[in-house]
Amino acid sequence: MSDAIPFARLIKVEFRKMINTRAGLWLLIVTAGLTSVAMLITSIVSITQDVEFSFDLYLRTCAYTSGILLPVLGIILVTQEWGQRTGMVTFTLEPRRARVVAAKLVTGVLLAWLVVLLAFAVAAIANVISALARGTSANWEVSWQFVLAFLFTQTFAMLFGFAIAALLLNTPGAIVLFFVATFILPIILTTVSLVAWRQFADIQPWLDFTVPQGHLLLDEMDGKVWGQLVTTTLIWVVLPVTLGVMRITRAEVK
Amino acid sequence: MIKIQGVTKRYGDFTAVDDVSFTAGKGRVTGFLGPNGAGKSTSMRIMVGLTRPDSGRCTIDGQLYADLPNPARKVGVLLDASAQHNGRTGREVLRVSADTMGVPAARVDEMLTMVGLSDTEAKRRVRNYSLGMRQRLGIANAFLGDPEVLILDEPVNGLDPAGIHWMRGLLRHFADQGGTVLLSSHLLHEVEQVADDIVLIGNGRIAAAGAKESLLRGRGTHVSTVDPQLLERGLRESELAFAPVGENTFVVEAEPVAVGRAAVAAGAVLVELRESEGAGLEDLFFQLTADSARPGVTTSGSIKEGQA
Repeated sequence: MSDAIPFARLIKVEFRKMINTRAGLWLLIVTAGLTSVAMLITSIVSITQDVEFSFDLYLRTCAYTSGILLPVLGIILVTQEWGQRTGMVTFTLEPRRARVVAAKLVTGVLLAWLVVLLAFAVAAIANVISALARGTSANWEVSWQFVLAFLFTQTFAMLFGFAIAALLLNTPGAIVLFFVATFILPIILTTVSLVAWRQFADIQPWLDFTVPQGHLLLDEMDGKVWGQLVTTTLIWVVLPVTLGVMRITRAEVK
Repeated sequence: MIKIQGVTKRYGDFTAVDDVSFTAGKGRVTGFLGPNGAGKSTSMRIMVGLTRPDSGRCTIDGQLYADLPNPARKVGVLLDASAQHNGRTGREVLRVSADTMGVPAARVDEMLTMVGLSDTEAKRRVRNYSLGMRQRLGIANAFLGDPEVLILDEPVNGLDPAGIHWMRGLLRHFADQGGTVLLSSHLLHEVEQVADDIVLIGNGRIAAAGAKESLLRGRGTHVSTVDPQLLERGLRESELAFAPVGENTFVVEAEPVAVGRAAVAAGAVLVELRESEGAGLEDLFFQLTADSARPGVTTSGSIKEGQA
């Protein structure tokens, strides 16, 4: 009767909370839609131009599209407790807030992996369809390094969104900051290193996580790039997640 | 049983809760009464661990709320009926709570029936709920885990008279079954109707606490006269503290005998002289309200002088 709430149950509840609001449900639908459209376009190109694309290429296209909106789900999962003030109920049902936050984190990561699985399925379907249409057998070539890199970048994006959300505890702010940091910051940093400060080009890969992640996805890793991957992950994920969790466990819930 | 011991919470220079101690007993309804901004909600948030006190502690049957393994099975909490996800349906809100605390989904329907939310209403999103409906949903949420203790912040806010009547019955029944109920209100009348014990808070401090009967028992005298000016002068000369209640009526902080003597001395004709019912607590409450009254709010009825 008064046993502690099992962690698995908290995860189940967080999953439910992610899809039982319009925002959450539509983000998933739009992500699935975008990925399907990307696959459709790739297939059409393959069929009309009669070129063979490997499974690997379909998967890459999927990875870029599915990763765009996924972190927003991670953001909403955290910020809704403040924006919609449901935290007042959530944290009275489970006052050990760190457990709730951990459950949200695990839920986000599981969802990211689920989307990777889904991307596999969609890419496979696209691969089969275009092969059938071109009357050839499908090319199933895929590098395992890439699959792992895909898993890593999707997980990173989700955790990054989560970290920003935990720091800001504000939905619009977190979403804006996420997109700025992911899509606009690299452009600014690149511009700086190209135009204003040449030496910055050496520093940029140690700050801009898109640089080492780009190498990771293209399997161009060496010792230095690994170092950059670890450093940027520490800066953009480990540090903010730690600070964010500290903030959530200490904040007054109103 | 809820026990609050020496709880203080400051926000910068402002002390929201100042050394508050009281107990809400088993089998009793305890009314937590005070004007808006008196520190009721902050105290209640501290009880359930949402706000950390600077000092002091709150226990529920001897345990800190945060140490309860699955608190919702022990303590039903409603702190703010509007703190629900607007995009979820009423049923979904309860379902999320039921899943968290591990009660069967059938319990959700039982609770919806109990609070009188119809099937159609339960399928509507909370954004379309009236405050009264949100309040009912919040009550359903508090009762979901079949708790032994209830902590409810302004639960009758937004309810219609029938709803208020229903709520009183519900809480009375819960306490009669041995439950502990702590409910807050800024309305004296509301608390008077249902509470066994009353804790009066103002400006973060406990102003009075005890059984309702003893708090309401005449601390003063209710007196009506046809010569209000004469009586006022008489009361002043006898150095009795009083407050006007309407045009010709006063509540005096003294025994009826002393008031009668003052009236005789001043030559005021009395038409009513009795020990006041509830005026003691009422006056105290009015005074607290007046202290924190916003500009433009009438403060007539507050004690004018010599309030001890």
